[in-house]
Amino acid sequence: MTRDLRLAIRSKAELGVQLLFYVIVVTLFPLAVGAEPTLLRALGPGVLWVAALLASLLSLPRIFAADFADGSLEQLALSTHPLPALISGKIAAHWMSTGLPLAVASPILGAQFGLTTDEGWLLALGLLMGTPTLSLLGAIGAALTLGLRAGGGLLALLILPLYVPILIFGAGSIEAVRAGLGASAQLSLLAAALLATLVGAPLAAAAAVRIALD
Amino acid sequence: MRPMSSIPWFRLASPASFFPLARRLVPWFSAGAAVLAVAGLWLGLLVAPTDAQQGDAYRIIFIHVPAAWMSMFIYIVMAFWCAVSLTFNTRLAAMLAQALAPTGAMFTVLALITGAMWGKPAWGTYWAWDARMTSELILLFLYFGYMALRNAIDDPRRADRASAVLALVGAVNVPIIYFSVKWWNTLHQGASVSMTSAPTMAVQMLTGMLVMAFAAWFYAIAITLIRVQAIIVEREKNARWIGELLPRTR
Repeated sequence: MTRDLRLAIRSKAELGVQLLFYVIVVTLFPLAVGAEPTLLRALGPGVLWVAALLASLLSLPRIFAADFADGSLEQLALSTHPLPALISGKIAAHWMSTGLPLAVASPILGAQFGLTTDEGWLLALGLLMGTPTLSLLGAIGAALTLGLRAGGGLLALLILPLYVPILIFGAGSIEAVRAGLGASAQLSLLAAALLATLVGAPLAAAAAVRIALD
Repeated sequence: MRPMSSIPWFRLASPASFFPLARRLVPWFSAGAAVLAVAGLWLGLLVAPTDAQQGDAYRIIFIHVPAAWMSMFIYIVMAFWCAVSLTFNTRLAAMLAQALAPTGAMFTVLALITGAMWGKPAWGTYWAWDARMTSELILLFLYFGYMALRNAIDDPRRADRASAVLALVGAVNVPIIYFSVKWWNTLHQGASVSMTSAPTMAVQMLTGMLVMAFAAWFYAIAITLIRVQAIIVEREKNARWIGELLPRTR
């Protein structure tokens, strides 16, 4: 995991591209729908969350692709350590290099959409809890599509339907606060989804990696 | 009925012994589907009374409801066969799952289209972001994802196992997606028309719907058995028993 993290940090270009993609997608929306403040405020949480989903999707192939190409994934699978644990490490490294910067940057982008400071923190907190789940679920898809010709589009078809609940709870947390309900229910559900995928997803991803290596 | 242990499960798990059985069963299920469909349509279109509120427009439920049931049920059956194929490493289970997917997707499309056709006279709109409609649409994406993954992998054994993992992950997610969408819908103050509070149904309507559901069942079984035969022939075409059974494939 430290190796993956070091690789990710040293290739600053990729790290930056990830974040820039997020910023650009978010910027496109005001240009498309107009800069009407009330409209932007209404769209804001949804736009920021959808862009986070797309940014996560874009970076998924990176989890395994390089290691698959140079054979080190095979070495990992043959090692004496349990494969799901090793894969959890890779997923954690992936999240720290993609989801984490995105969550940190989100309050600034939120401010551009007229989110209040509190809503901005809530957005960051939601992304902080939601993006690891996206990385975990995405790792299954990334492992299943390893070495296939139809990579990118296929991955989107496999993974985006599974992202739906995270999107609903994440964007819903801000809506709930605006409706005066408080966001604790949505945040609890995001946390529950994170814990469930934390246990289940590495196992499924490990099974998928072994299938791909056969 | 014979006790479970006396049925030769393991012999039937071989494509070579399942193939003739599937061949013999197809005409029975096809005929059953035809008879039940005629009976169901007769009950639904001629016997069942006209609805007090919706007039004759409601009669689409005799297609819509069975299709919606089948779309969800086939996914569960597919996931079951995927689990069997992963745990016991049987080829036939994976072939059955592969054969079920297009039928499941077909019923999902049918449910969506008939739903839209019914929605126009009943709600005044073809599409509302109702919880059931949205989750049915996502279910369709899950079917497409399963089939697309299968098609993208050349080696059939790898395709079997990879798509089985995907189907199982999807099956775990289906209830979560359903409840999240339902909850999202209530938060958004969605369509005010609720199908769950529909007035109690006339007996003929219910019977017609159940008969149509059985027709859909028989149809699904027949078409799956036909498709699984094609898959067996395609994948086992170099096996000797295929050459003996179907000399013309050589």
